[in-house]
Amino acid sequence: MNISCFGLSHQTAGVEIRERFAIPDSGLPEALLRLKAVQGLEEGLIVSTCNRTEFYVAGAVAQLPVPQFFHEFYRGLKSGDEPHLFQLPAAGCVRHLFRVVSGLESMAVGETEIFGQVKRAYEAAVREQVTGRRLNKLFQRSFHVGKQVRSSTAIGRGNISVASVAVELAEQIFGELEGCKIMLLGAGDTSEKMARSFKSRGARQIFVSNRSFDRAKALAEETGGRAVRFDEWGREFTDLDILVSSTAAPHAIVTVEKIAPILRRRGDRPLFMIDVAFPRDIEPEVHRLEGVYVYDLDALQLMAERSMQARQQEAADCDRLIAKHVADFQAWMEKSVDSMIGHVGLNLPPR
Amino acid sequence: MAERSRLILSMHLDFVASFIFASDRTWIWLATYCFAVASAYSTYSLFSGKFMAPRLTLALVFAGFLCQTVFLGIRGHAVGRCPITNFSELLTFLSWSMILIYLLIGSSYRLSLLGVFTTPFAAALSVFAVFQPTTPAFPVRHPVNPWLEVHTSFSIVACGAFALAGFAGLMYLVQERQLKTRRPSSLFFRLPPIRTLVVANSRLLWFGFVLFTIGLGTGFLIGQDVDWLKVAWSSVIWAIYGGILVARIRRTMAARWVATLSIIAFSLLLSMFWGIRFISEVPPVR
Repeated sequence: MNISCFGLSHQTAGVEIRERFAIPDSGLPEALLRLKAVQGLEEGLIVSTCNRTEFYVAGAVAQLPVPQFFHEFYRGLKSGDEPHLFQLPAAGCVRHLFRVVSGLESMAVGETEIFGQVKRAYEAAVREQVTGRRLNKLFQRSFHVGKQVRSSTAIGRGNISVASVAVELAEQIFGELEGCKIMLLGAGDTSEKMARSFKSRGARQIFVSNRSFDRAKALAEETGGRAVRFDEWGREFTDLDILVSSTAAPHAIVTVEKIAPILRRRGDRPLFMIDVAFPRDIEPEVHRLEGVYVYDLDALQLMAERSMQARQQEAADCDRLIAKHVADFQAWMEKSVDSMIGHVGLNLPPR
Repeated sequence: MAERSRLILSMHLDFVASFIFASDRTWIWLATYCFAVASAYSTYSLFSGKFMAPRLTLALVFAGFLCQTVFLGIRGHAVGRCPITNFSELLTFLSWSMILIYLLIGSSYRLSLLGVFTTPFAAALSVFAVFQPTTPAFPVRHPVNPWLEVHTSFSIVACGAFALAGFAGLMYLVQERQLKTRRPSSLFFRLPPIRTLVVANSRLLWFGFVLFTIGLGTGFLIGQDVDWLKVAWSSVIWAIYGGILVARIRRTMAARWVATLSIIAFSLLLSMFWGIRFISEVPPVR
């Protein structure tokens, strides 16, 4: 099997090395043309994301030592870069690509973004006519494998970031988030991330309250919400559904004493509170109140970790599925080599 | 030739009709089978976390519902009135009402998983119905009393609604408990959102309460001797459901308590079916 892949990824190199070799989308066509010009290359493709820069090649170039290739391609390799490079020939390359497309080689195991990134890399290579029969077959098969792995295993189930766990919980409490009223107490980075997550899932009514009203206004504008003065946030509480609190207050600002009278006016409407502040903004006893669910950073983190563990356990099933496809692809490669030999009429001794 | 074909067809139809009408209980058996399979399948899917095909569950529930409808149709045709003339028919009618409401609201409230709780109960009711003493396939027809028809049918459809309200309440309690522990299992993410359950529970309670009130009211217009034990028991249940709804309107009761009381009230209602039957002075409605 005269194909191989080489390069570097988050598993072999730190970000400061990866960023030196990364190829931006805008530079990809030019890089592909340079790749096409490499001696001994019959087919080639470059996958470059923030976590990896990988070359998939077919032809005599597959036998070339990686440092030599990198030296020629990037016009210079620093001392100390070599140990961060990897090379996987033949079946190892096929298996690696199938794992990459399935999200098994990603930093966040099971994430789906990589599927689109590899697909775009493949399309760019096809446009520049750098791919051929072998890489076309390999990549098309990898997309099939990626889809099958995701649909027949639980590798993508559950959320692995705190923000997405919070949003998923909110959806299990309220169903659709479109009609939910959400308040962000504090306008830091975490609030911003949460607001974006909620907005991406359909939330429309976002209120931002912060000690600095200007900062609240800025975040409200960014999220399409409304700014509320910090001393007035309590007034919005009666018909509030979700509260995200991330202030820098040295003590709890949401207490049972403050909340209990408001809850009586809310009836059976649930109230979901996300406390991502340190020290916590919400008194722990608030969670004991009827219809109130308080999740702090630890609880959300724990859920995210459990999802991650579940995904890692699922990786064994994924690998079994991938092994079958690797064997199929190897068989196809051997068959196609045999047919090519037969086609050119070589008289080889029987195997 | 055409005459001969018509004759053969007619003979076949007669044979099929005689089979169907002679063994109406076959249809309850078939319904029981459908509900039992749907129940086993949906429970396995829910707890194993494997790929679910809710349409398969729904198709089985619908098939069971059709079998019950055929059974009730046959009995209704035979007795010339609403087929609630013995305990077997009563249980089947109750199960049929519950499944009908489930089929109507299940999809609209993203409550397809309500089937996990509904189908085992429907299967159990069908099994009880099958083992009740048999009545003749073609019983003697009694004159129809419209008030009796309204009383029995409305009361039992109301029970079906209350049953579903109880199941929605049970699902709410499961979800609520998981949220409070802060360690929700995968089951939590497969059951409907708690807000949806609260809304469904509330609407089912209202629907059931209105029908139950009509059923209870028309009971006094039947023109037969009043069974005061039944009236007292029914009034207690009516008062409980009324109390829950008043508390909901006045926002004085938390959703958890509404869910709990929905289950308790339905358990009392269910006990009425069996309890009163054995201790009542007046024999079952005929």
